[in-house]
Amino acid sequence: MVKVYSSSVIEAPADRVWAVIRDFNGLPKWHPLIRDSRIENDAPADRVGCIRNFNLKEGGNIREQLLTLSDFDFSCTYSILESPMGVQNYIATLKLTPITDGDRSFIEWSAEFDCPPERERQLADLVGNGVFQGGFDALKRQVTRR
Amino acid sequence: MGQVKVRKSTVVDAPIGAVWNVLRDFNGHDRWHPIVAESAIEDGRAADEIGCVRRFRLRQGGWLREQLLKLSDRDHSFTYCILEAPLPLYDYVATLRLKPITDGGGTFWEWQSTFGAPPGEEAALAALVGEQVYEAGFDAVKAQLGLGSTPRVRAAAPRGAASSSAPIECNGMVLDRFGGPEVLKWQRLSAPVPGPGEVRLRHTAIGVNYIDVYLRTGYYPLLQPPGVPGLEGAGVVVDVGPGVNGILVGDRVGYACMPPGAYAEYRTMKADLLVLLPDEISDETAAAGLLKGMTAEFLLHRVHRVKEGDSILVHAAAGGVGQLLCQWARALGASVIGTVGSLEKARIARAHGCAYPILYTEEDFVEKVREITAGRGCDVVYDAVGRDTFLRSYEALAVRGHLVSFGQASGPIEPVDIAGFVGKSARVSRPNFGHYTGTPAEVRAITDRLFDALRRGIVSVEIGQRFPLSDAAEAHRALGARRTTGSSILLP
Repeated sequence: MVKVYSSSVIEAPADRVWAVIRDFNGLPKWHPLIRDSRIENDAPADRVGCIRNFNLKEGGNIREQLLTLSDFDFSCTYSILESPMGVQNYIATLKLTPITDGDRSFIEWSAEFDCPPERERQLADLVGNGVFQGGFDALKRQVTRR
Repeated sequence: MGQVKVRKSTVVDAPIGAVWNVLRDFNGHDRWHPIVAESAIEDGRAADEIGCVRRFRLRQGGWLREQLLKLSDRDHSFTYCILEAPLPLYDYVATLRLKPITDGGGTFWEWQSTFGAPPGEEAALAALVGEQVYEAGFDAVKAQLGLGSTPRVRAAAPRGAASSSAPIECNGMVLDRFGGPEVLKWQRLSAPVPGPGEVRLRHTAIGVNYIDVYLRTGYYPLLQPPGVPGLEGAGVVVDVGPGVNGILVGDRVGYACMPPGAYAEYRTMKADLLVLLPDEISDETAAAGLLKGMTAEFLLHRVHRVKEGDSILVHAAAGGVGQLLCQWARALGASVIGTVGSLEKARIARAHGCAYPILYTEEDFVEKVREITAGRGCDVVYDAVGRDTFLRSYEALAVRGHLVSFGQASGPIEPVDIAGFVGKSARVSRPNFGHYTGTPAEVRAITDRLFDALRRGIVSVEIGQRFPLSDAAEAHRALGARRTTGSSILLP
């Protein structure tokens, strides 16, 4: 099993950052890798069990299912149902924690998945740097822009 | 009891290993936390053994015992609870946890706890734990690692709301006009949120003094009705305003100072003249003895330095301040002569170190002083009687003697032409309590010596009467009718 953990500090209050990332259908609005997204079966985007179906800018379709969503903990968990990445049992958690010193946010994005051993390094790098750190960088631009 | 949750977090610009290295030693907080003076693990156990207990002393005074419940080097976290503390932090369980910041290499540090607190004290205790323990700890560890601290920008409104919620509604005695004891009325009052430099107290005992009667009648223009009288009290700090150092929520404190306002269940006041009460000095002793004891201290040590072999005369030697003057002067090695109004009071004065009580109703005290001092007179006379005694006190002085006039119970002193004092090269002082006890340093020096004297039994504070606060008028009647002995206190 591969474990990936990325974390960062975003110079904005947690509730403001959470307003952006809690929208399970909102990835195209902030994540640079995502072209478009829809929720299958017209379900609300914050209903546990709903499935987002999105396309990557570089091509490729991914389906992910929302497993938990907590406005209290500022966290959500989801799994990958289908993707071109070749991962199994992929479960990821995105979590925000307020930093009381300075009214900033500590953001953590972590994932566990299975894949063929020879692809572990490459996939860990793709997820940790491309998806997670790339997302942090975009979020920082997004929430500090105004 | 209110349930409180405190959570503070910060970012340390150092690798997680370096921060954990400072924090993981459960007994190491005396090396970095500014409020911890010394710490030891009980029973010789290891500091990372689950169940070990650290016993530590606060710089402020007071001991705590805390037990380690969990420690994980993998999670960079530990959890502990309070076993014993001088503050009402019930079922306090805290967790300290570090997380790496992969983006940049720093460390996220979170410190949180839950506990129960007495009603009304939740916000204050939450602020105390969050700011003086956790945030102060953040800054100290950063300093230890050679890093600057995070400037904390506090939004004005939420900040105030966090430390102290709202005015506290309470009861107290209000002087609605000048007059007899009946003008003291039991009324609803409000103790406001403490502002900069202020604290809010819950009184546990309040002193009654003759000056309160002067305030009530308007003889001293120190209180304009409607207002709350009382210049002396003791209690517990409920919350603390911005910029107050050295006083924590839960501290036992006492005071004897202007302005009036002690006759109330709660009070918001300036913190600078408050005294932290040592464990051995009870709230009642402080409320009954601070004003009189501080007066005796500066009369004997500052207005005049009484020394071994001095002859001193104390008027009203069985009175509140009189008793303390006799006891303390005796301990300093002075020969103490006193005037009293009855045989019973002569007995009391003698019991308090007055070697020569003079019954002024039957004997002329000037003649008696000459007789006792072999014609020399007294080195110092302490006179709070005023009109009836002032000139005769001069007669009782030795050459280069010192007449200390610190009150006028019998009425205002007639104007005096001091040219006549050349006959003895006499010195006259008219000390004012506020001029000797007007700064924190003066109050600290005076009360240090007073508490030491109380501790060693050199002086004692006798509480003759206790009244409910709502019966303050009755306390004033008793004082006015001279039906009291020793000190009187009011209990909220």
